[in-house]
Amino acid sequence: MTLDVSGDNEFEARARALVQDGSLGYDQKVRRLAALATEMLPYPLISAACEEALSKRVICDMYEGNAPFTARYILPDYEKAIRQGLVHLEMPPPTTLADALAFLQIMYSQVPSVTTYPVYLGDLDKVLAPFVDDRISDAQLDDALRRFWIGIDRMLPDAFVHLDLGPHDSRITRSILRVERSLRQAVPNITLKVDPSVTPDDLIEDAVLTVFQTGKPHFVNHPMMVGDHGDQYAAVSCYNSLKIGGGAHTLVRVNLKEVALRHTGSTDEFLATTLPHYVELTAELAEARVRSLVEQQHFFDTHWLATEGLIDIDRFSAMFGIFGLAECVNLLMAYEHAGSEARYGHDAAADALGRRVVERVAELVAQRPMPYCEGGNGFCYLHSQSGIDLDNDVTAGTRIPVGDEPSMFEHINTCAPHHRFFASGISDIFHVDETAVRNPRAVVDIIRGAFASGMRDFTFNLDGNEFVRITGYLVRKSDLAKIADGEGARHSSDYLAAGSENAYHLTQRAVKRIGCHERAPR
Amino acid sequence: MKDTATGLVASTIAFSNVDGPGNRFVVFLQGCNFDCVACHNPQTIPGHAVEGDHAPLRMTVPELLTQIRRAAPFLSGITVSGGEATQQAGFVHALFTAVKDDLSLAHLTCFVDSNGACGPDTWAGLSPVMDGAMIDLKCLDAQIHQQMTGQPNDEVLASIRQLHALGLLYEVRLLILAGVNNGTELVQHTAEWLAAVDPAMRVKVIGFRQHGVRPRTPALVEPNAHELQAVATMLQAAAGFDICVI
Ligand code: SF4
Repeated sequence: MTLDVSGDNEFEARARALVQDGSLGYDQKVRRLAALATEMLPYPLISAACEEALSKRVICDMYEGNAPFTARYILPDYEKAIRQGLVHLEMPPPTTLADALAFLQIMYSQVPSVTTYPVYLGDLDKVLAPFVDDRISDAQLDDALRRFWIGIDRMLPDAFVHLDLGPHDSRITRSILRVERSLRQAVPNITLKVDPSVTPDDLIEDAVLTVFQTGKPHFVNHPMMVGDHGDQYAAVSCYNSLKIGGGAHTLVRVNLKEVALRHTGSTDEFLATTLPHYVELTAELAEARVRSLVEQQHFFDTHWLATEGLIDIDRFSAMFGIFGLAECVNLLMAYEHAGSEARYGHDAAADALGRRVVERVAELVAQRPMPYCEGGNGFCYLHSQSGIDLDNDVTAGTRIPVGDEPSMFEHINTCAPHHRFFASGISDIFHVDETAVRNPRAVVDIIRGAFASGMRDFTFNLDGNEFVRITGYLVRKSDLAKIADGEGARHSSDYLAAGSENAYHLTQRAVKRIGCHERAPR
Repeated sequence: MKDTATGLVASTIAFSNVDGPGNRFVVFLQGCNFDCVACHNPQTIPGHAVEGDHAPLRMTVPELLTQIRRAAPFLSGITVSGGEATQQAGFVHALFTAVKDDLSLAHLTCFVDSNGACGPDTWAGLSPVMDGAMIDLKCLDAQIHQQMTGQPNDEVLASIRQLHALGLLYEVRLLILAGVNNGTELVQHTAEWLAAVDPAMRVKVIGFRQHGVRPRTPALVEPNAHELQAVATMLQAAAGFDICVI
């Protein structure tokens, strides 16, 4: 894994390409150069089999670098920070809304993550609640949040930057949705926690109307999340649900398509031998990386968030991701029944096999102890990984391939049974026809139904929207066009998206017609 | 009513956001008493070719309930459309009654999407079990209506009044054919007539689209966005309608 710097001097060539790349901003260059530098360090110790699987990308470390020196996803306890102040940053507890917003903005700039931008900005409705009372009008609140919002987008230009709202309604929540609709920025990403017995329909509807304009928020099934994580959880980055005051050390993932390609024989043999082999290699990779972070780089002994009690290693775990389930299932169906063309998402037998594979992975991961993962009771969190820009010819997570999705109802029925296994998140993105704009209640109905059917996460794009969700994060189509034209874009995630958009043909994703378009208005 | 135990069903869809409030399960019944020049589902009218895919099915109420139950957690209600739903009013009544009597479905509202061409007894019979109706008004002018549909419009107008009086009129839909029913005077009369029924009425202005319509000479003309907006503006000038243009 260590870069060879002697031979053709690839390191020098890559460093030069970075510093000379006219489409990258200064910050973006600094970050990429830092990533390049850690490639000079040796990789954490792993077995030859693990290294082989990693180099063939059957398993994947998300290119986090050879020497992890920050936890991948960190969810500081902002409510606690606001109560106790920050020693390291010499910030006393704020007493007014203006103070609190300044306090948060300063704190955000110092929260590390694998993207270098904070992936969690807090459950802002709760964090700000102590500072908003009747003395502040809605107009004043909108004004203050609007300035704050612009600051977030300009200073933390990365669509993985995420905040949470709900499940209770509040003036702050409504104000944030108004500000979102008026600014239409890619950042921050937002999740609305929905508890069917607590969250009012008209708040969900307000959020749906906001999605029509900005592609946000994402919706999560609050009671289900509380069941897995307790009520101190949040959805961060692109659909990773983790504990507040904790997070994820790392994310490793296994490409189920590649695993299936390395298998010969029956499905039973796949589940009994081939799959467990690669699950163990993935777990080995996770363990090596977690140990490197905790034992070699001493992240939790040294970072001020840990020493000031705003994060606690006991609320962390590692994320174990899977992707390529669709291709895996289609391959196994063809091995088992010569010439079978049964497709995941379109065939009951293929869907049932998909569930067997997921259940087996879940079982294996729940039997593989992992150090420093008390957040997951000593085990990894399972995650349906939504893909990165380098993935080609393989479908994200447990999704149905882009462009091949059945009707929304069938789509939900295929995906919903998987959701309970993925405590740290799963995304199936639905495209909703533009007719929904005149009937947002229809989408509210579907969100409620999805959660009643056991879905954990629900996100949708409106067909024809300026914002498009790539793997889990949002970009503006106009920004993608700028990269294609060599002009450069302001958000670092846009570059990931430009690659991903090409690889995935995401713009071809089947439009879910919750209305029937071909049938006519009479 | 003849056979009310089974219905002749052209098709069903589990999710629709264009057939009444919220997300709805829609049953399209086979058969229509109009023969509209601008019909998008000519296969639902007797005498028109039925292609393989479109072959209608005889279905029982329990068969439909099985389908509806699967989708129920995602729905505000069900809508019976067509063809012309009221041609099988007995079956519609049986279906709605069964939905209301089923504990797991009783929260669903039951709507009818109709061309309005049925007698007052039909609505009186359905009213205890239905929650709303969407009625098409193809044209206020009797003569143009006759040309457009092959039938007079007096029953349609009576249906709109009757449903409003029953508190069951959810929406009136105006299908606009360029050069046929969008003349200024006609639209103004229509607006006045509708306002006299209910000045706060929900009115959907729908532009005719060629897609799926039988070819015909002279060809029917799609209104452009400007022409549709002009209709909406005239309507809005007449009353506080809740107007939606599509
Ligand atoms: S009323 Fe509707 S279904 Fe019947 S002919 Fe006219 S457009 Fe077609």
